[in-house]
Amino acid sequence: MRVRISAFLALLMGVLFVAGTALPASAAAPSQATSMASAPDELAIRGTLIDTTDRDNPEPVEGVTVTVTDSDDNEVGTATSDAEGVFSVPVPGNGKYVVEIDTDTLPDGTFLRNTEDVNKEVNVLGFSSTVQFQIGPDNRDTTSTAERAVELFTSGLLFGLILALASLGLSLIFGTTGLTNFAHGELVTFGALAAYAMNVNGGLPLVLAALLAVLLSALFGWLQDTGFWRPLRNRGTGVIAMMIVTIGMSIFLRYLYQYIFGGDTHTYSSYVTQSSLTIGPISVFPKDLVSAAIAVVVLVLVSLALAKTRIGKATRAVSDNTALSASTGIDVDRVISVVWIVGTGLAGLAGVLLGLSQQVEFQMGFKILLLVFAAVVLGGLGTIWGAMLGSVIVGILIEMSTLFIPAELKYVGALVVLIAVLLFRPQGILGRAQRVG
Amino acid sequence: MDVIESALRQGLGADAIIFALAAIGLNVHFGYTGLLNFGQAGFMAMAGYGLAATVSTFGLPFFVGILVGLGATVVFALLLGVPTLRLRADYLAIVTIAAAEIVRLTVGSVTLKDWFGGRDGLQAFTGTFRDLNPFSERTGFGWLTYRAYDAWVILVGWGLVVLRCLIVWALMRSPWGRVLKSIREDEDAVRSLGKNVYGYKMQSLIIGGLIGSLAGFMTALRQAATNPDDYFTEVTFFAYTVLILGGAARVLGPVVGSILFWFLINLLGGFFTWATRGDDPLMPTWLMTSNQASLVRFIIMGLALMLLMIYRPQGILGDRKELALDAR
Repeated sequence: MRVRISAFLALLMGVLFVAGTALPASAAAPSQATSMASAPDELAIRGTLIDTTDRDNPEPVEGVTVTVTDSDDNEVGTATSDAEGVFSVPVPGNGKYVVEIDTDTLPDGTFLRNTEDVNKEVNVLGFSSTVQFQIGPDNRDTTSTAERAVELFTSGLLFGLILALASLGLSLIFGTTGLTNFAHGELVTFGALAAYAMNVNGGLPLVLAALLAVLLSALFGWLQDTGFWRPLRNRGTGVIAMMIVTIGMSIFLRYLYQYIFGGDTHTYSSYVTQSSLTIGPISVFPKDLVSAAIAVVVLVLVSLALAKTRIGKATRAVSDNTALSASTGIDVDRVISVVWIVGTGLAGLAGVLLGLSQQVEFQMGFKILLLVFAAVVLGGLGTIWGAMLGSVIVGILIEMSTLFIPAELKYVGALVVLIAVLLFRPQGILGRAQRVG
Repeated sequence: MDVIESALRQGLGADAIIFALAAIGLNVHFGYTGLLNFGQAGFMAMAGYGLAATVSTFGLPFFVGILVGLGATVVFALLLGVPTLRLRADYLAIVTIAAAEIVRLTVGSVTLKDWFGGRDGLQAFTGTFRDLNPFSERTGFGWLTYRAYDAWVILVGWGLVVLRCLIVWALMRSPWGRVLKSIREDEDAVRSLGKNVYGYKMQSLIIGGLIGSLAGFMTALRQAATNPDDYFTEVTFFAYTVLILGGAARVLGPVVGSILFWFLINLLGGFFTWATRGDDPLMPTWLMTSNQASLVRFIIMGLALMLLMIYRPQGILGDRKELALDAR
């Protein structure tokens, strides 16, 4: 058994290392190219003056004088905007500069949006900086609260559905084994990184890469259970000890991902930008629509499987009472193995979709881990339908809360709800009212 | 050789003190009472930011800041304990980790920038502490020397560690400490003896949190600044590694664990940095670049935590019989 765990860990490191050493060779090339392209030949402060009085038909403003002074009040240079409204003032080096627009040179009928805004501070740090002066009245698209609410509801729903995939996996594993898996976020990241590696480094089309990534995640889950968690269960390692093991695994995997893929964010090679579709009051990216559809189909399929199939019923029986279901002849180890395969597969799919709607990064899963916990606790820890319901609620709540609180605090709102739920209804929405302590 | 010297210096330096204090607090929670507090970083942040905001934002004296920090920690412990201490252990884990993130995101927010300084954090609150510094130049023994301010921080820090160890030692051999240990072993049995388990757990949470708050003060004082990222969730996980390495439910476990942990982390970090440095590094670049070198120690640390928990959950000093982690 001891041999089995060590062998699993060695295998895991080996596989990831081979993947890692194979990757940077191809990954390094594009990053070098981009840094070459963006290498500045000469530092400058640039800007484009556009009159937005007519919103649909913005006009460049020509012949406006702009003066740049350095932090000691010495004039560095002046420039006049050309026919495209573009100006560029070369600067000698890094530092703080003040850009002043000469309002007298503005053509008749044009004016600064904010008349006091004639000076702008610019910090030049190694590359050319852009400065923006707003010209024309403030007629930005002011969406009404109702429109914004609909928009936020849509994005919240999508996020909630992705969250539901991750939560369902966590909840299934918790239900059958009692393990609170703090490394579940890393399983989400695994899917996204696998899809990214096959898509960008392997050159596969994204759909195929995504499919393979989900399969690979499922395989990873099976390996984890067979090679690692089952031996631990058999030797009688306690649930709390295993919880701390998952923390070690979370740290191990997260830094291994960073080791292999670096600390920056990545995007898939296709479907990065899309023009949005408008359906009634909602405008949505086609890729998000497809993601939502995939998530819904998968969630429905898993639910049906849990409700109707033999193995699904066995899973719920094991969740309910492991000892009793073992004594009725259910092969508990096999059920748990299937649960790990399905659970990590779902987590991997969540990662793939999250990478599509946001970006791929080594700690993307860790960042949503607490939201997954919040969702699962809200729905009822270990309940299967509750995890999905909780996720959708948390997703919508996070986005909708930005109507009332600053966007940077939206995760705080969700976490406060998590604590409030435990205070008033610890069993969650769908959990049975029983002693949980 | 430099690598070893520097690792030894770090192993006895401020990081080791901070994590020793944090882990002593966790030892009271987890080692003695069996409470899974995954939000020690939150306790530290309450203290660090309590001190920094009081002095730097509101201009009150340094020692008022310390009191505010301690007060904030107690309030935090009460807020966390009331909803969760009656529930199963994993609920406390989830709630504490969430609460620590709430604190970190809140103090780092632009909305409250005027109070807590946003992403930049707070500075200029160590004046009084600095004035009390008896050292005026580099201090130490032989090659093991520290800058004057660092030496002062380290002196105060190790003083606090010794004090806390004595307190924990005294507490845990008292009848009160024996109740805590029996709660860890079998909560229902203790309840049936007529003890107020909830009350004991709450006291443990507060006392461990207060010890953790000292780690928060030291974090803030060490660099004379607070920053939301100093109180990231991983700080708690590192503190757990320290605790389990040294041996939970042992008075000196966290201290031994912390010194060893920081010595090894810096030794590994130093070695891999050295091995990847220069034009013709020891380590082939396809395997490891100098950017990756700093990550290897964390990968090894995660692996070490897993293996420790599986093969030697009692750590270096612990007694396997004492620590019935498998109780539930």
